[in-house]
Amino acid sequence: MNKDEKILKNFTSKDYEHGWSTDIDVDQAPNGLNEDIIKLISKKKNEPNWLLKWRLDAFSKFKKMKSPNWANLKIPKIDFQKISYYSAPKQKSKLKSLKDVDPEILKTFEKLGISLKEQERLSGVAVDAVIDSVSIGTTFKEQLSELGIIFCSFSEAVEEHPELIKKYLGMVVPKNDNYFAALNSAVFSDGSFCYIPKGVRCPMELSTYFRINAANTGQFERTLIIADDNSYVSYLEGCTAPMRDENQLHAAVVEIFAGENAEVKYSTIQNWYPGDKNGKGGIFNFVTKRGICYGDYSKISWTQVETGSAITWKYPSCILKGHHSKGEFYSVAVTNNYQQADTGTKMIHIGKNTISKIISKGISAGFSQNSYRGQVRVMKRATESRNFSQCDSLLLGNNCGAHTFPYIDVENKSSIIEHEATTSKIGEDQMFYCLQRGIDEENAVALIVNGYAKEVFNQLPMEFSVEASKLLSLTLEGSVG
Amino acid sequence: MLEIKNLHVSVNNNKILKGLNLSVNKGEIHAIMGPNGSGKSTLASIIAGRKEYEVNQGSIIYSNKKLLELSADERAKQGIFLAFQYPIEIPGISTTNFIKTAVNKIRESKGKKPLDAVSFLKVMKEKMKIVKINQTLLSRSINEGFSGGEKKRNEIFQMAMLNPKLAILDETDSGLDIDALKIVAKGVNKLKSKNNATIIITHYQRLLNYIIPDYVHVLIDGKIVKSGDKNLAQELEKKGYDWIRA
Repeated sequence: MNKDEKILKNFTSKDYEHGWSTDIDVDQAPNGLNEDIIKLISKKKNEPNWLLKWRLDAFSKFKKMKSPNWANLKIPKIDFQKISYYSAPKQKSKLKSLKDVDPEILKTFEKLGISLKEQERLSGVAVDAVIDSVSIGTTFKEQLSELGIIFCSFSEAVEEHPELIKKYLGMVVPKNDNYFAALNSAVFSDGSFCYIPKGVRCPMELSTYFRINAANTGQFERTLIIADDNSYVSYLEGCTAPMRDENQLHAAVVEIFAGENAEVKYSTIQNWYPGDKNGKGGIFNFVTKRGICYGDYSKISWTQVETGSAITWKYPSCILKGHHSKGEFYSVAVTNNYQQADTGTKMIHIGKNTISKIISKGISAGFSQNSYRGQVRVMKRATESRNFSQCDSLLLGNNCGAHTFPYIDVENKSSIIEHEATTSKIGEDQMFYCLQRGIDEENAVALIVNGYAKEVFNQLPMEFSVEASKLLSLTLEGSVG
Repeated sequence: MLEIKNLHVSVNNNKILKGLNLSVNKGEIHAIMGPNGSGKSTLASIIAGRKEYEVNQGSIIYSNKKLLELSADERAKQGIFLAFQYPIEIPGISTTNFIKTAVNKIRESKGKKPLDAVSFLKVMKEKMKIVKINQTLLSRSINEGFSGGEKKRNEIFQMAMLNPKLAILDETDSGLDIDALKIVAKGVNKLKSKNNATIIITHYQRLLNYIIPDYVHVLIDGKIVKSGDKNLAQELEKKGYDWIRA
């Protein structure tokens, strides 16, 4: 046992910071997955009939589908009947303002560093907070609505903007797209909705914060972002969960629509509970995120910092339909202990002169397995398109794994595809250089790893970039040499 | 300040240092010269605390402490600095950020508060002049894409920032053109005081025209076989190492 291994051991033994839970009264559906539960959810949400039908259709499709087995993951069998599909903090009646929110809930979000209170809204970020299955409150609503921007919970959007929901729901991710998307389509309970009208540049970051609180519940949120022609929005998503021995399921769907010359930046800092040091517990995170660059010259950019979850199965993708449209994917995925991640992106080039860029940085420590899986597909008509992919893996220690699965499929001769991949370990020389300057081992690792992930962090909004960098150090604390 | 006694060191069972003795006092500059493979860089690494080396025998006392019992970062905190022969690249970390972390870690170990951004910048600007290094270079990832001369100047800049008690310059002159050599030498001379000491490891006498050593030692086959003053260096330059061996 050399010293490196010792440091590695220390570094990987850091506890999860957000592992507490809040004691709040909840209105929870009984465990089980069947049509009655779906009807119950739909009823609780006062949904129109077409949406209930849509859900039931998704459910019948789900029943015929199988869990995907192509990912480089060991997924234990999930008993869908043991999960509760609806849990909401009990509220007296409909919330008129944040003042009506249970103070316990407000405290929960404050503890997470997200203040929903009016007087503390100095950060210039509008937040929609989702606890378990429902949205608790959305800040900055009035200011945004002056610009015609709609930013609210998904349920509210169903009630108030049914025409938009009807038009766009399932447009990018059809309800039978994949096993988990079908499940989500059947049982989704809430999420965020955002509409940026033509020509409007959203003046602040929009943010959704997801928190799973109740035990044995799954979280199935649905996010829909529509950026009309010539608009711009930057959107951020954060997530945490308490520590529980049982695995909890999170199966979300995010759909983005970008009209002509519109730009959407979607950033995620995923910090679901990853399970303990021995791999017990943790969130199973099966997420379908996809955006369509529908109009010419539109742009969708995904940035993700994935540090949590026991299992991550996630491929934020772009369909580049508009000519000259652009898709970007920046990812840092960190796995430690017994975490497993199979994550990457799909770039589907349909329009002419479309451009995509993929920067993926995997960091594996402990006994974890970290895979990048990415597809670049250039259709015949997508002439003179370009893709650049860079997939780097960094290994900390000798017990973890890093894997890269790129799929490239080009159907015309005028497009240019570049793919670069590296795998490295933190060099002893780099460590010694830091140590010799008086920087101890733990800080040296943090410094080197943060440097490695810098290119992706630079894509995040300023304040979140700092948070991501801290989170990365924390996740890996005690992990190298 | 530094007392090395009968030091025997090996790497992968290869004996490299075979009974080395060296004594360095405050205010002194020592030059260690010797042919390739004589153990010069091993000596530098062992003082700085690199792990791959095995000490088979002997002791190193530094400021009344058993140096070999301290980890590399503790040694740095106690004032030992190594200017690397081949400075290391760390992508994504600027020199400024790197050295700020180092400065504050060392301050922390002494119970001092970290320097705030403004005071840090002030100190940095001052020290930048010593080695004529510019801000742009310091904002880039440390040593990445730096020329040989820039890397070495960056080492001396870091030395200036950390203000060590004992600095070891490992072949700092190698790969430098004459102008860069002068800049580096000037920097080292400027940092010299009666409270610190410097060990210069070099092949050639060239650097010693600009940094005048108090002592010159010849290291051959893991031992110091001859010591003298600056004139010894000139003699070596003329005659090579063979006359000592013989």
